[in-house]
Amino acid sequence: MTTLAPAALQSAPASTSPGGSGIRARSLTWMALPALVLFVAFGVIPLVGVLVLSFTEWDGIGKIRPAGFDSWRAVLTDPALPHALWVTFLVMALTWLVQTPMSILIGTFLAGHQRYREFQAVLYFIPLLLSSAALAITYKALLDPNFGLGAGLKLPILAQDWLGRPNLAMGVIIFVVSWQFIPFHSLIYQGGVRQIPTSMYEAALIDGAGRVRQFFSITLPQLKYTIITSSTLMIVGSLTFFDLIFVLTAGGPGDATRVLALDMYIRGFQANLMGPASAIAVILVLVGLALALLLRRLGGSATDSQLEGA
Amino acid sequence: MATVTAPARTRSGSKKAPDRMTGPRSTARRNWLGGGLAWVWLAIVLIPIYWIVITSFKDQSVYFSANPLALPTDPTLTNYQLVVESDFPRYFLNSVIVTVGSIVPAVLISFLASFAIVRGTGRVLKGINTLLLMGLAIPLQATIIPVYLIIIQLGLYDSLAAIILPSIAFALPLSVLVLSNFIRDVPRELFESMRVDGASDWKTLWNLAFPLTKPALVTVTIYNGLGIWNGFLLPLILTQSPEKRLLPLGLWTFQGQYSVNVPAIMASVVLTTLPILVLYVIGRRQLMSGLTAGFSK
Repeated sequence: MTTLAPAALQSAPASTSPGGSGIRARSLTWMALPALVLFVAFGVIPLVGVLVLSFTEWDGIGKIRPAGFDSWRAVLTDPALPHALWVTFLVMALTWLVQTPMSILIGTFLAGHQRYREFQAVLYFIPLLLSSAALAITYKALLDPNFGLGAGLKLPILAQDWLGRPNLAMGVIIFVVSWQFIPFHSLIYQGGVRQIPTSMYEAALIDGAGRVRQFFSITLPQLKYTIITSSTLMIVGSLTFFDLIFVLTAGGPGDATRVLALDMYIRGFQANLMGPASAIAVILVLVGLALALLLRRLGGSATDSQLEGA
Repeated sequence: MATVTAPARTRSGSKKAPDRMTGPRSTARRNWLGGGLAWVWLAIVLIPIYWIVITSFKDQSVYFSANPLALPTDPTLTNYQLVVESDFPRYFLNSVIVTVGSIVPAVLISFLASFAIVRGTGRVLKGINTLLLMGLAIPLQATIIPVYLIIIQLGLYDSLAAIILPSIAFALPLSVLVLSNFIRDVPRELFESMRVDGASDWKTLWNLAFPLTKPALVTVTIYNGLGIWNGFLLPLILTQSPEKRLLPLGLWTFQGQYSVNVPAIMASVVLTTLPILVLYVIGRRQLMSGLTAGFSK
C-alpha cells in the first residue's frame, strides 16, 4: 500500500508520450487554476497580510498606518501573552490526553461487526452535527448552578458554579470538547482497526496471545498512522476552538480560559487594536506550523501517510 | 484501496454472519473495557441530547420546577412557535444560501484541481498541491483580520458573499487531499483505456473519475457543509446587520435576548440542527465509509 501512491504518481509522465506531455500538462493546469486563485486570494494573501498588518496601526475602520515594531513590543511585553499561550497549551494537551485513549478504546470496540455496535456508531456521530454555538448554549443552561441539571436533580456535586471558577471552567471546556469530538475520533480509529488484516489476530491467537496482549502488540502498533492523523487533527484543531469558548465562557472567569484565538479576537474586534491582534495571529500561525512539523517528525509524515494509505 | 474497502465495509452491515466468525474482535473473549467505556460514553453523549429535546417541549414555568430529566407531562409547542415567529426563518434561509452557495463551487473546484494534480504533470501543478497541503497545517482562522480587510476592500462587508468566498477557500485544502487520494486509487488501466479510445481529459474527468469518486465527493460535501452550516467566526466578523445573520450567530443573539427562557432556546437549538440530522440520516453510510477511507491509515 505504501508503494502504491508513488507508483501512481510516477505513472502520469510515463503514460504520455514525451512530445505530448507538455501539451497535456498545460491542458490540465487550467483545471487547478480556480482553486489556486481562490486559495491565494483568501489563504496566501491573508497569511502574508497578517504579518504585514502586525507592523501597522489600524482600528479596523480608519486608515492603516505603518507602526514599526510597536505592536510586537506591546504584545511581547504583555504578561497576557504567556498566559494565553499557557491556556492554549493546556487546552491542547488536556483535550488530547482525554480524547486519544478513549477514542482508541471505543474505536477498537466499535470495529466489531455486531449489529448493536453499528447502532451505537449511528448515535455516536450526533454531537458532531451540533454547532459549537449550540453546544455552548446548551451546556451553559445545563450547568447553571441555580436552574441547571444539578439543581433540578438535587445533586450538589453537579450544582457547582462551573463557569465561575477558573479551574472548573477549564474542566468544562475540556469536557465539552471531548464530548463533541471523541465520537469523531472513535470513528477514525474504527476505520483504522478494520483495516488491520484479520490474519494477524489469528496468528496471535494461535500463539496464545490474549486480548490485552493482542491490543498492545498488534492493534496499537498497526494504528500508528491513524494515531498521527487523529492527533494532528486534534492538536491543530485545538488552536481554533474559538466559537465554543467565546460563547461558553468568553475567556472567563477573568482570563482563565482566554486562548490565543480568543485573545486575537478580543484585541482586534473588541478593543479595535488590529496591529497587536495581527501579531497574536502570526504567533498562532507559527505555533500551528511548528506543531504540524513536530508531528511529521514524530511519525514520518501525517499528510504523506494519508496520501499513501487512503 | 479505499474504493475497494469502503463498499466492503458498508456491506458488512447486512451480511453479518461471516464477519462474526472471522472478525478479530469476536474470536476472543469479550472486550469489557472497550465495551463498558463505549456504553458509558454513549450515555454521556445521549443525556444532554435527550435533555435538549425534552426541554424544548416544556413550558417555561415547568422548566424551573420539574425534574429536568423527566418527560414533559404537558408537552407544548409554544417554544417552537416563538422561534418560528422570530427572525429564525430569515437566518435559516441565509444559512441555506451560504452553505449551498459555498459547498457546490468548493467541491467542483476541488474536484477539478484534484483531477489535474493526479493526472497532470508539471511544476505548476506540483506547486499548487504543495500549497494546498500547507494549508492543512495552518489554522486559517488566524488569517481572519486580513480576510476582513480584503472583504471590506471588495465592498462585500455585511453581505452573504463575504462569508461564501472565504468559506470556499478554507474548504479547499482538505477537499483536495481527500479527493486526490480517491482519484489516485482509480486503476491506471482505466485511464489508459479511456485514452486509447481517444477520450479527452475533460471526458475522462466526467465519465470515469467523477462516478468513481462519488463516495469521496459525498464525504467532502457533507463534511464541509457541516463546517459551513455551523460556522460562527466568519459570520461574526464579516457581517453586521441582523438580516445577514446565519443560524449559529442567530442562536447566540437569541440566547442573549431570551436568556431566561431556556425551553425556547432549546427549541431553537433543535430547529437549527434538524436539517443536518435529516441529511445525516440520509447520507450516513456514504459519510462513514468516506470518512474512514479519507482519514484512516
